[in-house]
Amino acid sequence: MDAFITHTGTVAPLRRSAVDTDQIIPAEYLKRITRTGFEDGLFVAWRTNEPDFVLNKPEYADASILVAGPDFGTGSSREHAVWALLDGGFRVVISSRFADIFKNNSTKAGLLTVVLPQAEVEALWAAAEADPTTQVTVDLQAKLVTYGGTTVPFEADDYTRWRLLEGLDDVGLTERHLGDVEAFEARRPAWLPKALPAL
Amino acid sequence: MPKTLAEKVYEAHVVRSTAGEPDLLYIDLHLVHEVTSPQAFDGLRAAGRTVRRPDLTMATEDHNVPTLDILSPIADPISRAQVDALRRNAAEFGIRLAPMGDRDQGIVHVIGPQLGLTQPGMTIVCGDSHTSTHGAFGALAFGIGTSEVEHVLATQTLPQYKPKQMAVTVDGELPPGVSAKDVILAVIAQIGTNGAAGHVIEYRGSAIEALSMEARMTICNMSIEAGAKAGLIAPDQTTFDFLEGRPHAPQGADWDAAVEYWSTLRTDEGAVFDAEVVLDAATLTPFVTWGTNPGQGLPISERVPDPAQIADEGERQAAEQALAYMGLTPGTPLTEIEVDTVFLGSCTNGRIEDLRVAAELLRGKTIDPSTRMLVVPGSVGVKSQAEAEGLDKVFIDAGAEWRGAGCSMCLGMNPDQLKPGERSASTSNRNFQGRQGKGGRTHLVSPSVAAATALTGRLTAPADLIGA
Repeated sequence: MDAFITHTGTVAPLRRSAVDTDQIIPAEYLKRITRTGFEDGLFVAWRTNEPDFVLNKPEYADASILVAGPDFGTGSSREHAVWALLDGGFRVVISSRFADIFKNNSTKAGLLTVVLPQAEVEALWAAAEADPTTQVTVDLQAKLVTYGGTTVPFEADDYTRWRLLEGLDDVGLTERHLGDVEAFEARRPAWLPKALPAL
Repeated sequence: MPKTLAEKVYEAHVVRSTAGEPDLLYIDLHLVHEVTSPQAFDGLRAAGRTVRRPDLTMATEDHNVPTLDILSPIADPISRAQVDALRRNAAEFGIRLAPMGDRDQGIVHVIGPQLGLTQPGMTIVCGDSHTSTHGAFGALAFGIGTSEVEHVLATQTLPQYKPKQMAVTVDGELPPGVSAKDVILAVIAQIGTNGAAGHVIEYRGSAIEALSMEARMTICNMSIEAGAKAGLIAPDQTTFDFLEGRPHAPQGADWDAAVEYWSTLRTDEGAVFDAEVVLDAATLTPFVTWGTNPGQGLPISERVPDPAQIADEGERQAAEQALAYMGLTPGTPLTEIEVDTVFLGSCTNGRIEDLRVAAELLRGKTIDPSTRMLVVPGSVGVKSQAEAEGLDKVFIDAGAEWRGAGCSMCLGMNPDQLKPGERSASTSNRNFQGRQGKGGRTHLVSPSVAAATALTGRLTAPADLIGA
């Protein structure tokens, strides 16, 4: 995956709570077997049915930071939701609370999720609505969101931050510890089930 | 130090633990389906990796599977390509696959327990959020994304942080006609659609202990709809009785050793939970959703809520958006909402007991002529069992459609979809916008409410059928 160090861009203010992954990308787009090209499915129902939807407004068309209401990414585990946001040009999503699986998937694919208090989310919404060209910098090295005269710190666990800064692949990291995996396997009870052979 | 059940299962699977890094957790069973796996297998190939433990991996075809004419090639070329990709990947990497037409085919969360592959104390993952279903056996089971599917295929492990612990205690006796589905919808309405984020939920209390395995699976299945990492229930005699004799359950001396271990899988006296929720079973009633997330639900005797009465601005806006999408007017009694389609099935309510409950209400009756009812067994095994009991005839005689096994209208990746504006009463797990088809409107219900609704054509509690 691509490393994430710092990113500067404009904000799309998504004033909705509990945005589920079915809204981010509906199931019909999940039939594809590729890992890219999901931008056509991104928020497709809202883009199609709601002329006033934020991403239909030309002033937010180039936004790369999505700022959403609480509980972003609930529901289905589809990592396609993360891929669709990346394919749609987003590098960062900011919300006061994320669903666990979405947040986890983001860290595997190089999309940064930033948790800010709802008051800071509202301030970002107001800034982006007052001036859609507002430049916002999300600095993972310094753990700061900066725009205009405002600087807001955010939390990021050191390990995930290191992985994102380096753009490291989890499988490669785990393979360094295969000796531990083998030792664990030697201790597993023999009666644990196996799928093979079919019984 | 006293430990919770989830902590015991978690700690028993830690391969490696180092300060400042996530734990490396061993995975006992990896379930695979066609939708979230193709990119993971591509990743393995690109890196020249193999599947570390094909013998701990089981694949099935479920999401795209048509429920009619299942022995013909899938008509939709994109769905067919995805299923074909799984068949090629399973063959190339030596993984067992239950394809369409196979006796073991079905929804991934129905076949694991059915085959006895799901057992207490295991860690189980799948690229599917409803993997929490398997927690009904006292397993730590959770959904993962495609990158993690690749990680498990390659290493049989996952980097994890220990989740927080939540207890949901339901004591007392459920009133007649109130089921596991009503319990979990009430729980989600209380804690919210992401209220259990970061937590594993342990369901406990006398009402939970009294439930069958099927009912426990319904409850654990929807843990994710409250945002939980997983949901589980301590194994007991009900669990052991369900498992004994299943194809992959231990036998003989192994069975005795397993039961001895499984019997230790209980939360210790004095173990601390980070959060606790308590419900009184006796106060619960049939529950239905009115909105567009599973937390937007009410007892069926209530009315469509008025957003103007909601104090929190965010929740008010969410309710307004939900009612606009659902085409509902505040104050309307929920029992006056007319539906076009009733869907009985899914990994939430597509097991034999769910079909029995619904069939009992439909026996000798005819469904409302303007209502379509789809009955989709969760697996070929469930379908065969239902047919052996004559339930298929009960459904067909009542005017319902008896279909093949799969995920079907729960998410409409196959041809079973709502049309724009159509309204369903569905025993599935998600009422998100467009979930069952573009523009479709979903009310989540229990199997008995689904059957009662099919008879009247509007949302109906089974108790209200008496004398009708």
